[in-house]
Amino acid sequence: MIHSLFLVNSSGDIFLEKHWKSVVSRSVCDYFFEAQERASEPENVPPVIPTPHHYLINVFRHKIFFVAVIQTEVPPLFVIEFLHRVVDTFQDYFGVCSEAAIKDNVVVVYELLEEMLDNGFPLATESNILKELIKPPTILRTVVNTITGSTNVGEQLPTGQLSVVPWRRTGVKYTNNEAYFDVVEEIDAIIDKSGSTITAEIQGVIDACVKLTGMPDLTLSFMNPRLLDDVSFHPCVRFKRWEAERILSFIPPDGNFRLLSYHVSSQNLVAIPVYVKHNITFREGSSQGRFELTLGPKQTMGKAVESVLVSSQMPRGVLNVNLTPSQGTYTFDPVTKLLSWDVGKINPQKLPSLKGSMSLQTGASKPDENPTFNIQFKIQQLAISGLKVNRLDMYGEKYKPFKGIKYMTKAGKFQVRT
Amino acid sequence: MEWASQLCENRHIGSKMTDSKYFTTTKKGEIFELKAELNSDKKEKKKEAVKKVIASMTVGKDVSALFPDVVNCMQTDNLELKKLVYLYLMNYAKSQPDMAIMAVNTFVKDCEDPNPLIRALAVRTMGCIRVDKITEYLCEPLRKCLKDEDPYVRKTAAVCVAKLHDINAQLVEDQGFLDTLKDLISDSNPMVVANAVAALSEIAESHPNSNLLDLNPQSINKLLTALNECTEWGQIFILDCLANYTPRDDRESQSICERVTPRLSHANSAVVLSAVKVLMKFMEMLPKDLDYYGTLLKKLAPPLVTLLSAEPELQYVALRNINLIVQKRPEILKHEMKVFFVKYNDPIYVKLEKLDIMIRLASQANIAQVLAELKEYATEVDVDFVRKAVRAIGRCAIKVEQSAERCVSTLLDLIQTKVNYVVQEAIVVIKDIFRKYPNKYESVIATLCENLDSLDEPEARAAMIWIVGEYAERIDNADELLESFLEGFHDESTQVQLQLLTAIVKLFLKKPTETQELVQQVLSLATQDSDNPDLRDRGYIYWRLLSTDPVAAKEVVLAEKPLISEETDLIEPTLLEELICHIGTLASVYHKPPSAFVEGSRGVQHRRLPARAGSGESSESPDVGQPVGAVPDTPPAVIPSQGDLLGDLLNLDLAPPTSSAPTVTPSMQMGAMDLLGGGLDSLLGGDIAGSPAMGAGLASAPVVMPASLGAPVSSGLDDLFDLGGGVGMPTGAFVVPKTIWLPAMKAKGLEISGTFARRAGVIQMELSLTNKAMSVMTDFAIQFNRNSFGLAPAGPLQVLTPLSPNQTTEISLPLSNVGPVMKMEPLNNLQVAVKNNIDVFYFSCQYPISILFVEEGKMERQVFLATWKDIPNDNETQYQIKDCHLNSDAATTRLQSSNIFTIAKRTVEGQDMLYQSIKLTNGIWVLVELRVQTGSPNYMLSVKCRAPEVAQLVYQCYEMVLKN
Repeated sequence: MIHSLFLVNSSGDIFLEKHWKSVVSRSVCDYFFEAQERASEPENVPPVIPTPHHYLINVFRHKIFFVAVIQTEVPPLFVIEFLHRVVDTFQDYFGVCSEAAIKDNVVVVYELLEEMLDNGFPLATESNILKELIKPPTILRTVVNTITGSTNVGEQLPTGQLSVVPWRRTGVKYTNNEAYFDVVEEIDAIIDKSGSTITAEIQGVIDACVKLTGMPDLTLSFMNPRLLDDVSFHPCVRFKRWEAERILSFIPPDGNFRLLSYHVSSQNLVAIPVYVKHNITFREGSSQGRFELTLGPKQTMGKAVESVLVSSQMPRGVLNVNLTPSQGTYTFDPVTKLLSWDVGKINPQKLPSLKGSMSLQTGASKPDENPTFNIQFKIQQLAISGLKVNRLDMYGEKYKPFKGIKYMTKAGKFQVRT
Repeated sequence: MEWASQLCENRHIGSKMTDSKYFTTTKKGEIFELKAELNSDKKEKKKEAVKKVIASMTVGKDVSALFPDVVNCMQTDNLELKKLVYLYLMNYAKSQPDMAIMAVNTFVKDCEDPNPLIRALAVRTMGCIRVDKITEYLCEPLRKCLKDEDPYVRKTAAVCVAKLHDINAQLVEDQGFLDTLKDLISDSNPMVVANAVAALSEIAESHPNSNLLDLNPQSINKLLTALNECTEWGQIFILDCLANYTPRDDRESQSICERVTPRLSHANSAVVLSAVKVLMKFMEMLPKDLDYYGTLLKKLAPPLVTLLSAEPELQYVALRNINLIVQKRPEILKHEMKVFFVKYNDPIYVKLEKLDIMIRLASQANIAQVLAELKEYATEVDVDFVRKAVRAIGRCAIKVEQSAERCVSTLLDLIQTKVNYVVQEAIVVIKDIFRKYPNKYESVIATLCENLDSLDEPEARAAMIWIVGEYAERIDNADELLESFLEGFHDESTQVQLQLLTAIVKLFLKKPTETQELVQQVLSLATQDSDNPDLRDRGYIYWRLLSTDPVAAKEVVLAEKPLISEETDLIEPTLLEELICHIGTLASVYHKPPSAFVEGSRGVQHRRLPARAGSGESSESPDVGQPVGAVPDTPPAVIPSQGDLLGDLLNLDLAPPTSSAPTVTPSMQMGAMDLLGGGLDSLLGGDIAGSPAMGAGLASAPVVMPASLGAPVSSGLDDLFDLGGGVGMPTGAFVVPKTIWLPAMKAKGLEISGTFARRAGVIQMELSLTNKAMSVMTDFAIQFNRNSFGLAPAGPLQVLTPLSPNQTTEISLPLSNVGPVMKMEPLNNLQVAVKNNIDVFYFSCQYPISILFVEEGKMERQVFLATWKDIPNDNETQYQIKDCHLNSDAATTRLQSSNIFTIAKRTVEGQDMLYQSIKLTNGIWVLVELRVQTGSPNYMLSVKCRAPEVAQLVYQCYEMVLKN
C-alpha cells in the first residue's frame, strides 16, 4: 500500500514528508528529480517513476508535486485517486492548496494525513467525516483555541463512518434548509482549420450544495434522462433505481459534493457554440506575417457567450506582434511566445476581431508549425447538451426546503487548429 | 539568548496565528527550551510544545532527544494531545526501543477505553510502532479488538494484523491471527470485510502459495454483498480480490459479472478499472453467442472513454491499460477512435500513449481520419511526438494495406516540408513500407534521394543506404550516391557502415562492370581498417563469397527477404493474458509480468485467463486454449529443467530453423530429410518408393495408413530416433518443479512441497519436508488413499533423523502401481496422509500422467494402424497446443524423453504428422497424432484411446513437455 508521501515545491525542495510504514529516506526523491529534469515542463513529468526498490507515483497540482512512494504492487490509479483526495482535502480545509498554506497549517496537515491513511490503507477520506475528526482551521477558532485551550480535534467517534450512509454525518441542523444544484457542462472539442469539427464531447457534472436538516432522502428526475448513458455517480446514489427508472434517488452528504459526472460523446448531440475565422500567413523570405482572427457565435440557443479568452502558443520564429483588437485587450509575451486575447462578451451584431502583423526573425525560414487557438468561454443558463432537471423531491423530513438549479456551459479543452 | 528567542516568539504571535510559528529555525538550546515546556504544568503550554516538536519532526529535524518528555505527555484526556504524542511515538520508537516500552502500559489501558475511538486509535498506533518488544505486548489487546463489539475497532484491528505481519510474520501465524482475519471476511459490516480482504491480500503477497484468500462460492457471495456497501477504497480491494477467483462455470461467471457491472459507474477511476479487470477476466468464460456477452462488451466502452476525460495522470494509467484491452478485445473500442485524438496541450506522456492506441485501432474504416490527424501531429512542436507521429503513418501503411498509397503520399508531403527530423523519420518508415510492399512505390525514390544530404542520424542514413542498395538497378547514379557516403566511412556509426557494405556489394552484383573499384574499396575499408568484428566478419564473408562463387553470392545477398509482419509490437499472447489478469496494476503500466519487477513479492503466481465453457467451439475460436480446470492447479514452470536444455541442444543439431534462406541449409539437414522421406515412402509400400518427393501421395489418406504395410522398416529413421532417445532419456524426462502441497499453517508447522518424477523406470514422489514450527518433528509416515492407477508407496517414508525447527529434508519416495484402485475425480488426483509425532495431516495433489508412461510404450507400426482403426472415432479427442515453437524433430526428441514414442512421421503440404504411442502402467495404450505446421506455433493434437478419460491428461502432459 502507500508507503510514504513527499511534497515537493517547484524549486525542488521537499517541504513535507509523511511515512505510514517504516521511514523511507528522502533520497528516494532523487529519482523523481532526475525525471523532473528530463521533462521540459512540470506537467510532463511521467506519473509513474520506477526506482530500484520503490515506485514513485506523482501528481502535479497547484505548483506542488505530491510524490507517493510504494513498494509492492499497488494499483497506480488507487494511489493517484488518493493523492487527488489529499489535494481536495487541503483545498477544502485551507481554502487554497499552496506551499504557504500547508506550512502554515502543518500540524493539521499531519493530523489529516494520519487520519486519511492507516498503514497505507485509506481510512477516512470523506470530507464530512474528516471534518468531524479534525475541525478545519478558521481565524476565529484559532483565536478561541488559544484563549480557551480547546483543540481542533473532535472528541466524538465519527458516527458517520459506521452508519449505512457513511458519507453523511448525523445530527445535522440548519435554520435555513436549502439544496442547490449546478449543472455544469464543459465542451472539449478539436476544430480543424476549415472549421469542421474533428471531435467534440461534453463532460458534464452536477455539483450540489445541500444544507438540509436530519436525514433527507432526495429524488431528482430529468426531462431527458436518455442523454445520460455514460455516468459516474457519487456513492450515495441508488444505482438500482437509476437502472430501472432513470431517477436519481439518494441521501445526500452534508455540504458540497459532486452528485454525478457524465459524458456525452455522440457527435450530433454536441453543439459548437462559437466559430473562429482566422488567417495567419507567413511569407517566405519576408520578416512580416499577417494575422487575422474573428470570433462569432454559432449554436448558442439564443444565449450570450461571455468571458471569452483566446490564447495561443505562437511559433518560435515570431519575434513580436502588432495587433489591434476590436474589443478587449491582448498581450503577447515575446519570451514564451504566448498570445492571449481577453475578448469578454461576443456581440453578434459586431463580431470581435484581432488583426495586425507579426514580425519574424529576419533571415529565418518561415515557421513549420501552425499555432493552435485555445478558446475559453462561458454561457450562463444553458446546458449545451440540452439536459434539464424535471423535479426535485424530498422525503423523510417534514420541512420544506428551498431548492435551486443553475445551468452553465463552459469551454473545456476547446482547440481550433490553423 | 533568552531575550532573542522571546523577541522571536512575540513577533510570531504578532504576525499570524498559524502553525508557521513552529518553524523557527533550530537554534542551540531550542531542544532544552522545548524540554522545559514539555514538562510544564500548564496544559496549554505542553500542547504547544508538542506541536512544535511535531512540526520539527515533519520537516525532518531530529527531535528524538525529547522522547521521554514527550511520552510523559501521553497520559492525558485531551484527544488532540494524545494523537500528537502517538504521531511522535510512531516516528521515533524505532530509534528508542527501550523508551518505547514505557508507553506500552498506556496503550494497553487505552485499548480498554469505553470510547471506541480511543480503542481504535490505540490499537492502530501500537501496530505502527515497529519495535519487536512492543509487538509481544500487542497480541492480547489486538485479539480483543479483533472481536470488539464496535465495527470501527474491528476494521482498524484488521489492518493492524497486516502491520504486525510486516514486522513479525511468524508471530501472526503462531497467534492464529490469520484465521481470525479470515473469519472477518464473513463479518456483518462491509467495511470490516473490505479491510480484512485488504489485509489478507497484502499478507498473501508474501505467501504466494498459501491459501489465505481461499475463495469459494459462499465467500464470493459475501464479498459481492459487501462490495455494494463499502467505501470506494474497500471496493477496490474487494474487486482485486474477486479477480483472483476462478468461477466454476459460465453461469457463476455471469452472475458475478452482473453484480460487478454497476461499479463501472463509480466516480473513482480505480474502482472502475478494477471492475474492468474482473469483467475482462470473467467474460472469457462466457460463451460468445450469449446475449449477455454482447451486452457486457457494450457496457465496457463508455467507462473506458470516460477515464480519458480525467486528469492526465489518470489518463496515462488508463491508456496503458486500454492498450492491453484493445489488443485482447479490439471490438470494445473500435468505434471510439476519436477519443484518442491528441489535444495539443496534453502532456507528452499522454500524447505518445494515445498515438499507440490510434495505430492499434486503425482499420480500413477509419484510416482516412487517422491519417489526417497524424499529418496534423507531424507539424507540432514537440520533436519526440512528431517523430512518433511520422513513424505511426508508416505503421498504418503496413497495417492497412488499402491505405498504403495514401500513407506514402502523406509521407512525401511531409518530406517536402524539409523539416530535418521529419524527413529523417519519414525515410526510416518508407524503408519499412518498401519491405512490406516490394516493387510498388519505388517511384518515390527520386524524392528521397534529393534529401540525402540533410540526413544526419544513423538510422535515417542506414535506411537511405539500404534503399539505394536494394533498388540500385533503378537509380542511375547509385554508385555516386554510395560513394559519397563512403568518403566519411570511418566516422559513421556501425549501423551505417554495415548497411553501406551490404549496399555496395548489392550494387556490385547488380552492376558489376562499373563498380568493381567501389566494392574493393569498401571491402578493404571493412576488413583492414575497421576494428569492429561484426563489420570485419561481414566484409570477409562477402569477399570470400564474391571471390569463390559470384553466383552463390548473388543468391545469398540478393535473396528474397521474408515479409515483415503487420504488427511488430504486439504483446506476446501468454503475457497479454497474464497482463489482462493484472489490469490496473503496475504490471499493466509497464506491460511486464509482476514477477519481472515487483520487489518483495516472492514467487508471484502467474495468472491465466479462465477458459470458456462449452468445448464445442474450441477449434474455431482462437483465444480458447485451455479447457476448464486445467490451468489453476498446475503452476507453470519458470526454470527450464535440464532435459529442456538438452532438448534444445538436440533441436539445434537436428534441424536448423526452416524459415532461413534455402541456400544456407546445411547438407546434414538434407540428409535427415532424405532419410525421413525414404522411410515414409517405404512405409507406403512399393509404388512410389524411391521417389524423392516426400509423401505427396499421402494427401489422399491423411489419417488411415494403408493396412498392407509390409515394407522393411527404415533403419535410418530408427537410428535417428534412437540417438535422440539415447541422449535424452536418462535425465531428460520433464519434471514439474516442486509446489507446496501442504502449507505450514494447515499442518501445525509442517510444510510439504513436492513433485513427481519417473526416473529409470521407477515412479518417484519427491518431497521436501520443512519444519516451520518451534519443536522437533519425528515419527513420519505416509499413506495414500485408493486412486485411479493404484499408486502406493513402495516403502516407508524414510526420514532418518528428527526434523528440527527450520530444517528441511528432501526425500525421494519410490512408488509402485499395485495398490488398490478407485477412480478419482480428476483422474490424476492423489489423496495423501502424512503422520508425524504431532498429528496426522491430509492433503491432495495431482500427478502428471507422464509418470505413468512406461518405457516399453513403442507400438509396432502395423499394430498401431490396426489399433487406430479399431478404436471408435467417438473416442478421438482433439486439442490445440498454442505457441509451441519447436519443430517436429525437436518435439519428437523431447516427447521421447517422456516415453512418448514416435512411430512414424509424414510430411504433407508443409505439415508434419507424427504418429505416437504411449503405454500406461496399467496397460492402457494411448495413440496420438500430432500435426505440426511449419511456421505456425500451433500444434493440433488428436488423441485416441480406449479409455477416453485420459485424453485430457495426455493433452496436459504434451502441453507441459513441449513448452518446458
